[in-house]
Amino acid sequence: MDHLNNYLLISAVLFSLGVFGVITRRNGIAVLMGVELILNAANINFVAFSRFGGMNLDGHIFALIVIVLAAAEAAVALAIVINIYNNLETINVDEASSLRE
Amino acid sequence: MENIFIKYSLAILFLPLVAFVVQIFFGKRLPRGGDWVSISAILTTLILSIIMFATILLDYNPNFSKEASFVWFDMGYFSVSLGFLIDNLTIIMLLVVALISTCTHIFSTEYMKGDIRYSRYFAYLGLFTFSMNGIVLANSLISMYMFWELVGVSSYLLIGHWFEKDSAADASKKAFLTNRVGDIGFFIGIMLIYSAVGSFVFSDVFQGVQKGLITGGALTFAGVGLFMGAMGKSSQFPLHIWLPDAMEGPTPVSALMHAATMVAAGVYLSVRIFPILTPDALVIVAYVGGFTAIFAASIAVTQTDIKKVLAYSTVSQLGYMILAVGTGVYTAAFFHLLTHAMFKANLFYGSGSVIHAMHHALHEKHDDKTDPQDMGNMGGLKSKMPITYWSMLVSTFAIAGVPLFSGFLSKDAVLAGTLSFALQNPVHFLLPVFGFLAAAITAFYMFRMMFLTFHGEPNMPEIVDHIHESPKQMFGPIILLGILSTFVWYTLPNLNPMSTYGWFTDLVVPKNSAVPGNPTAIEIEKAAHDAHYLAMYLSISVATIGIFLSWLTYIKKVLSADVWSKRFGVLFRLSQNKFYFDENYDKYIYRPSLRLANKISWIDWELYDKYFINGFGHLTKWASDVSGKFDFDTIDQIIVDGFGRITNLLGETFKTIQTGRLQNYLLYVTAGIIIIMVIQSF
Repeated sequence: MDHLNNYLLISAVLFSLGVFGVITRRNGIAVLMGVELILNAANINFVAFSRFGGMNLDGHIFALIVIVLAAAEAAVALAIVINIYNNLETINVDEASSLRE
Repeated sequence: MENIFIKYSLAILFLPLVAFVVQIFFGKRLPRGGDWVSISAILTTLILSIIMFATILLDYNPNFSKEASFVWFDMGYFSVSLGFLIDNLTIIMLLVVALISTCTHIFSTEYMKGDIRYSRYFAYLGLFTFSMNGIVLANSLISMYMFWELVGVSSYLLIGHWFEKDSAADASKKAFLTNRVGDIGFFIGIMLIYSAVGSFVFSDVFQGVQKGLITGGALTFAGVGLFMGAMGKSSQFPLHIWLPDAMEGPTPVSALMHAATMVAAGVYLSVRIFPILTPDALVIVAYVGGFTAIFAASIAVTQTDIKKVLAYSTVSQLGYMILAVGTGVYTAAFFHLLTHAMFKANLFYGSGSVIHAMHHALHEKHDDKTDPQDMGNMGGLKSKMPITYWSMLVSTFAIAGVPLFSGFLSKDAVLAGTLSFALQNPVHFLLPVFGFLAAAITAFYMFRMMFLTFHGEPNMPEIVDHIHESPKQMFGPIILLGILSTFVWYTLPNLNPMSTYGWFTDLVVPKNSAVPGNPTAIEIEKAAHDAHYLAMYLSISVATIGIFLSWLTYIKKVLSADVWSKRFGVLFRLSQNKFYFDENYDKYIYRPSLRLANKISWIDWELYDKYFINGFGHLTKWASDVSGKFDFDTIDQIIVDGFGRITNLLGETFKTIQTGRLQNYLLYVTAGIIIIMVIQSF
């Protein structure tokens, strides 16, 4: 069980779920959750490569930075969602299609 | 002292032009029609000319000559300069022009009083004086040519002054066009000279001819070309037809232009170019002049219009001058020009005075039908117009060549030159025959004119009471010029009326011809001097015969003019109808050329225009139609619009994938990555 491929597989599944969530979810909050999944899939890869690639703590540090970044991203994204709600009275991302114009 | 001549000449040249400009633009608004502007300008030029003349008289230097010029335009190897050539000839001529012009201005204030275009008339007189001075002062052929044309224009304007009259309008056109024929020759001559010598300036041309840059036939041709200009202006046969018609202009104009100055321009040109005339050219010149002298005199005999008599007499006298140039005594030609200017201008003023008086007398009788210029309506005016009569008589003596009067001196010099020329070249015996015969006829017809006008019984007694002597503005110039028609003015400091020497012969000394082989001036002068006494006796006797015959015919009535005119019916009718020149020109030149012009215009219009030019038009239209269709249907519709349509279609197609939903975009990104990965994996 203690093998790189397993970690990568889990990470890939997690990433695919995240992408699927981002693409298919109508709810803005759910989309953000998908983004979190994608970030965490990347974190698993960092840590796994760090562990099996003999790169000491480099991967861990990156993972920590990603976690901090995710927090910042969540804060900004939630602010955007609140703004969308204020303007459109919904958080359904399908409704926010003003980019088309 | 050095530049005084140039400055004065500039003033003399441009003052009349200033007068012209002022008169033409503001004349009507000035008091008295602005005639005082013109008169003061012309008086100033007269004073300046007198000062210049006095200076050369004191100087007494026959070789006096000043030249000044500036470059008019410069095109590399071709540069044209305009300038003055001031020598004794120029100054004497300037004085003549200024004097006659002044007299004309003063005379006109009365003669033209009440004319509807009074100020315009004075403006044109100014323009004429300006251009005539330009001819006199010119130092090159090209500047002379320019002023030559200007003189032609002012002549046209003044002859046509009363253009409401068809005859005046026609006469002005005729004068202008006939002059143009001569001017073509003049221009060809100028160009020939220029192409050979490379300069228009007289002195350069003479030097070039002396060096042999142009010789033989070419030089003869060039000389005859230049002389053609003189033929046109000086109304020489066969271009003489315009001058008699030019009498349609006001009489003072006839005196100024068509007797004294403008027609003398041709003689002046001949005198200037004399050094480059080859022997052949000189013979042509002499025959043209000699024939004109006798031919015009024979017409003058039968004319009844007083101005026509004087007009033909002018043509005849100009023929004398040209004859003198042709026989080599060109200073005699200039001398005759000088004396002729005085006495002929005076005769014209006299006739103007008579016509003026007749006109007023007829006007008082409310008679519009009678011609005031016809000598048949005059007669017996001597007692009514004594001043006019006596000064005209002096001038008549002068033109007839009676001793004690100016014409005798100059005519004698001309005839002496002609005679000596014929004595040396007996082939040309006709020239002196022409000359002396013309002198006899001149004496005859001039006295005929005087007798018919002033002597005998009045032909119209009912108007004689209404004839009055003209006012002083008119008889002033007449008296002045009458005095100047006596001999003393030309022989001073000599008082001998037969003298051949005087200030004139001392100041105007003939120069050698530049053509190698021509007799030198000294040879010509010596020969003329040898023939002088013979010529003098002959000319006195022919003048006496002419006057005596005239007296017998018109005073004593021993010879009846009617009988003689019947006896020589053919000759009489030929002369009276001016040898049918106008009719023949009309028949053989004008009409055929009109027909030719019509034919050519038919070819031009019917063939060239309709088929060639319009054909080009049609072809171009057709080609542009085709190319327009191609442009519109193919380029516009298919290519240009096609691009538009394709772009539009692409836009319409691809706009559907731009939903504005971020998730869709992300889906495309993901799908793209997956596709790339799938491709990569192979």
